[in-house]
Amino acid sequence: MLSPGRARIPQKTLRSDRWWLLPTVTVIVLLSFVVYATWRAFEGAYYYASPYLSPLYSPCLATSCVPGSTDLGTPIGSWYVLSPALLILVFPLGFRMTCYYYRKAYYRSFWGSPPGCAVAEPHKKYTGETRFPLILQNSHRWFFIAGLIFNCILTFDVIIAFRNPEGQWGHMGLGTLVLLISATLLWFYSLSCHACKHIVGGRLKHFSRHPVRYRLWTLVSRLNSSHSMFAWLSLFGVAFADFYVRCLAADWFTDIRFF
Amino acid sequence: MTYDATFRVWRGDDEEGEFADYTVPVNEGEVVLDIIHRIQATQQPDLAVRWNCKAGKCGSCSAEVNGKPRLLCMTRMSTFLDTETITVTPLRTFPIIKDLVTDVSFNYEKARKVPSFTPPPGLEPGDYRMQQIDVERSQEFRKCIECFLCQNTCHVLRDHEENKPKFSGPRFLMRIAELDMHPLDTLDRKKAAQDEHGLGYCNITKCCTEVCPEHIKITDNALIPLKERVIDEKYDPLLALGRVFRKDKAKKG
Repeated sequence: MLSPGRARIPQKTLRSDRWWLLPTVTVIVLLSFVVYATWRAFEGAYYYASPYLSPLYSPCLATSCVPGSTDLGTPIGSWYVLSPALLILVFPLGFRMTCYYYRKAYYRSFWGSPPGCAVAEPHKKYTGETRFPLILQNSHRWFFIAGLIFNCILTFDVIIAFRNPEGQWGHMGLGTLVLLISATLLWFYSLSCHACKHIVGGRLKHFSRHPVRYRLWTLVSRLNSSHSMFAWLSLFGVAFADFYVRCLAADWFTDIRFF
Repeated sequence: MTYDATFRVWRGDDEEGEFADYTVPVNEGEVVLDIIHRIQATQQPDLAVRWNCKAGKCGSCSAEVNGKPRLLCMTRMSTFLDTETITVTPLRTFPIIKDLVTDVSFNYEKARKVPSFTPPPGLEPGDYRMQQIDVERSQEFRKCIECFLCQNTCHVLRDHEENKPKFSGPRFLMRIAELDMHPLDTLDRKKAAQDEHGLGYCNITKCCTEVCPEHIKITDNALIPLKERVIDEKYDPLLALGRVFRKDKAKKG
């Protein structure tokens, strides 16, 4: 801050507002989610309560998955003995870690780079996203595509949740609604993503030659302005859906059946 | 309604400086620049401040008010409490000249390094024809008044003087994005954006967007799309493979 030639103002910031509030809240909420998701991912139990499968464990691909939870088969086989969630969580985790919004959130709140606008950061050196490991943030579009596949799987989970615990179709419970909201929020989060905006049309130089892609780009741009909101809501949605399924699986209460 | 406000204004030059306190009358409807002018007129005639249009369009009166980068002429006194002490300091990223005036020539040097608009060969000014939907995306960036508040706030420059040679800052990366999106511009600016203007240093923390007095969505509409374009060019193996095939086809064709 006190580089030669600059005004000699020793204070790291002169901001008098509560600039520290947002990063503090971000740390608390994100850390809470990380602690909860880590515990649930390693727990390896209480993730299926027929017909609901927790989004943290979907798709369940190992032979060790509880009966009824392996609608996509068990290609991983029986050699795998750890929690089945650990096989798949790298994809949604990677999508969120490389997301442009979450990058802003954790660079500011966890790394203090910067902690607030016009607030001095604590680091002496800064290379940004120019070298390993942060240059890997450029892989966001691949995680976005993986995220779309996961959204399709979670949508399938919602469809098969329109059954009763005995597997008969045409039924719905509160769990179905919880999974439906969670999957919908995930779709909004994915489709409002900056990589999605670029792929559908942002990379074009001439919108006039691609009217359909221009229309899609316009729609995604509209969603993109609320990307941060979808990022948070979808995070809460997934956590709540998992928690609801855990409660059912652990027999803490029974599902409310609508029909 | 008139009341007496307490101002703390940084006074000094590149060798020394300190805060000076002033009690100044404030009238209804005034902005911070009015009060700085009143201090200049009634108490400190040698107080240096750069200003011009007083309408938020020339970008001259950039400074920091209570630690926030702002235009002095667009910061209304009614946004502060009557009892509040208002601190006014110069931009902290650029060398100081005197009091609230800084030397922003860093920005002009960076501007010179961005190649200007390059239309297709043989297309003369006056013959440019393009569709509105092709240009409206980059027209947002033309609202820039070059107040350099974004450059001042960006922590890559503000907190790391050593990054100045390698990083051009949000204003000029936005200029590159504007030209790269322009339907008639023929230069490929992506490689230069990353290698010469330091786009990789940007960690998209959006402070440039937060302080922009023209409300340009610098990060979402310019910097991130530019990062995605650079990824197309440098970090996407599938697209790179596609380019190789296209080149092969063109050679055979």
